Amino acid sequence: MVIDVAVIAFAQMPNVRAETVLNEVEMLMPVITDVRAKAGLTQADIGFTCSGSTDYLSGQAFSFVSTLDGVGPWPPIQESHVEMDGAWALYEAWVKLQLGDVDTALVYCYGKTAPGPIHEVLSRQLDPYHVAPLWPDAISLAALQARQMIDAGKATEADFAEVASRSRRSAMNNPNAQLAFDRSVADLLDETPIVDPLRKSDCPPITDGACAVVLASGDRARELRERPAWIRGIDHRIEPMALGLRDLTVSVSTRTAGEKAGMAAAPVDVAELHAPFAPQELILREALGLDDHRNVNPSGGPLAANPVMVAGLTRIGEVAQRIMDGTASRGVAHATSGPCLQQNLVTVLEGEG
Amino acid sequence: MPKELVAVVGVGQTKHQATRGDVSMAGLVREAASRALADAEMTWADIDAVVVGKAPDFFEGVMMPELYLADALGATGKPLFRVHTAGSVGGSTAIVAAQLVQAGIHERVLTVAFEKQSESDAMWALSMPIPFQPPLHAGAGGYFAPHIRSYMARSNAPDHIGILVALKDRTNALKNPYAHLQEHEISFDSIKDSMMLWDPIRYAETCPSSDGACAMVLASEAVADRSSKPVAWVKGTAVRSEPTMSADRDPVLPRGGSDCAADVYRQAGITDPRRQVDCVEMYVPFSWFEPMWLENLHFAPRGEGWKYVEDGVTQLDGDLPVNMSGGVLSSNPIGASGMLRFAEAALQVRGMAGDHQVPDARTAVGHAYGGGSQFFAMWVVGADKP
Repeated sequence: MVIDVAVIAFAQMPNVRAETVLNEVEMLMPVITDVRAKAGLTQADIGFTCSGSTDYLSGQAFSFVSTLDGVGPWPPIQESHVEMDGAWALYEAWVKLQLGDVDTALVYCYGKTAPGPIHEVLSRQLDPYHVAPLWPDAISLAALQARQMIDAGKATEADFAEVASRSRRSAMNNPNAQLAFDRSVADLLDETPIVDPLRKSDCPPITDGACAVVLASGDRARELRERPAWIRGIDHRIEPMALGLRDLTVSVSTRTAGEKAGMAAAPVDVAELHAPFAPQELILREALGLDDHRNVNPSGGPLAANPVMVAGLTRIGEVAQRIMDGTASRGVAHATSGPCLQQNLVTVLEGEG
Repeated sequence: MPKELVAVVGVGQTKHQATRGDVSMAGLVREAASRALADAEMTWADIDAVVVGKAPDFFEGVMMPELYLADALGATGKPLFRVHTAGSVGGSTAIVAAQLVQAGIHERVLTVAFEKQSESDAMWALSMPIPFQPPLHAGAGGYFAPHIRSYMARSNAPDHIGILVALKDRTNALKNPYAHLQEHEISFDSIKDSMMLWDPIRYAETCPSSDGACAMVLASEAVADRSSKPVAWVKGTAVRSEPTMSADRDPVLPRGGSDCAADVYRQAGITDPRRQVDCVEMYVPFSWFEPMWLENLHFAPRGEGWKYVEDGVTQLDGDLPVNMSGGVLSSNPIGASGMLRFAEAALQVRGMAGDHQVPDARTAVGHAYGGGSQFFAMWVVGADKP
């Protein structure tokens, strides 16, 4: 018994290095207004609202409380919040829609990554007794993973550079991208590594951003949108955090989530992967069986814009938008959380007909 | 399409106390989760998914701590989900876990909520200066005291009602071995004479700061039917949120709380909550919230909640017992506090609440609220299969 649920609208704010004027509420409000307008709904029409964010970006306990006010939750609404990327907020909304009580949901997320030193901030996620006191930054951890890839003979620095070069080149077609330019692999390899073997080009930009999605189920989705992007499968899995417990060159949790989401049932013509660091795209492609990289991250992916807590839901939105536009018929979107791809969510989306 | 039935088949909690220096955060959550699994007669391998809730991450100083707790909670290779909806989070978390079963996605879901307040400082975490926002330097009590004053003025409630609530809850806690405060010498006068913190809230009318965790195993009908112990059937779940800043809003008797209660009673087929509900665990961090919530949740007519307190209706042997466990006033591991309310409601209808059992409890309500009284989560559980 599964109720068909579809993405019927997606909106995002243009990704920027630092939004220094608007606060989180002000960043989000135009996005919420835009996505509701695209869906043809007002807040009163929406059955369930769910958001994703983290207090560690805003430096404030209960930061989501203020952004909820931007939605206009009056009269009182059915609402929830996850301290996770917006992709997981979408998962909770998808579960809620499975119950059949409501048939529409608003999902949103936001992240001001720029105000704090994000790579050090992310070290606050680590084991608080044994690892976090050493403040290992996110780039260093990703570099360990990249080094293992090389040592295992699975990839070269040129392979990383290919991902980095292609991502920013693809982003030239994405008006919301932060980094969009054409630089050759050879040019990137000329950079001096910042944390060996990672070069700056292999790392994500620091980005402030926000995005939102409207979901609808069954006939309500068909009523509201000519070509909804149907969620054919969605699943998420986690692995232990400790790096020593995992083979960092593979992503077991992504593979499992992909299998559960029905990834293998048919080929996909677009994939958006939440790989903040270039080597991670190679790991994810292997886990999801995406041999052909030509349709991977046409938006530029997280190497073109990486708003923390937002970049995962953006992947779902980018795939859904292509299906709604009719430029793709089946796609896969991936979101990640935690150090070195610890937790992963896979969504398979399809158009009808 | 009907939802699948879901039942609570296991409940576990830690001993709540000011500092659980004997365990890490992982040890704390594992203690509660292991007890819930033992109660459910299950092992870690039986669990399909884990749903974790806690209040702001600054309360321990760990960003998204469920990531670090993944293996301690047996979640390797499974879905692990993290909910955060302010003080109502323990309740919202249980509801998300229940929905995974109701939707037919999983059969056995472990849900865990915790707070280890001793590792950081909640008062500090709530008091960081934010540009263009009113400061909250006095913590939650200073925020809620004016709401209570307003309630007293509207309802003409006499001053001693808050003291009666605190005395009842702290006395109930003496029957609950897991409760943080065990104040054997407590009396009306000792509460009355305690320091006035935020007028009219006295020190002894205020929740403690606790380390603690709560866990439940939620299971499908097929699994629950095979349980060797009584189970608690979930008869309704509801959440409501309203704005923080809105001229329409009444924070004393919030519409969100009232709507949430009406929704959950409708699902459970309750038309007269005062008569059809056998006992209630509600989120009362400051004593006066008991009469306020009695009115907000439709148990008492407007302006009369305090009379129930005065008449002893909400005593453990009263007509409508409230906070049999000792409530938030006796244990407050913030992130877990909502789930403890939900879990106590389940224990009551399972007949497993020990010395604080209400005889023949068949239908119980669990309630949690958060923020500045704008987030609400409730469920109704029953001994009888729906």
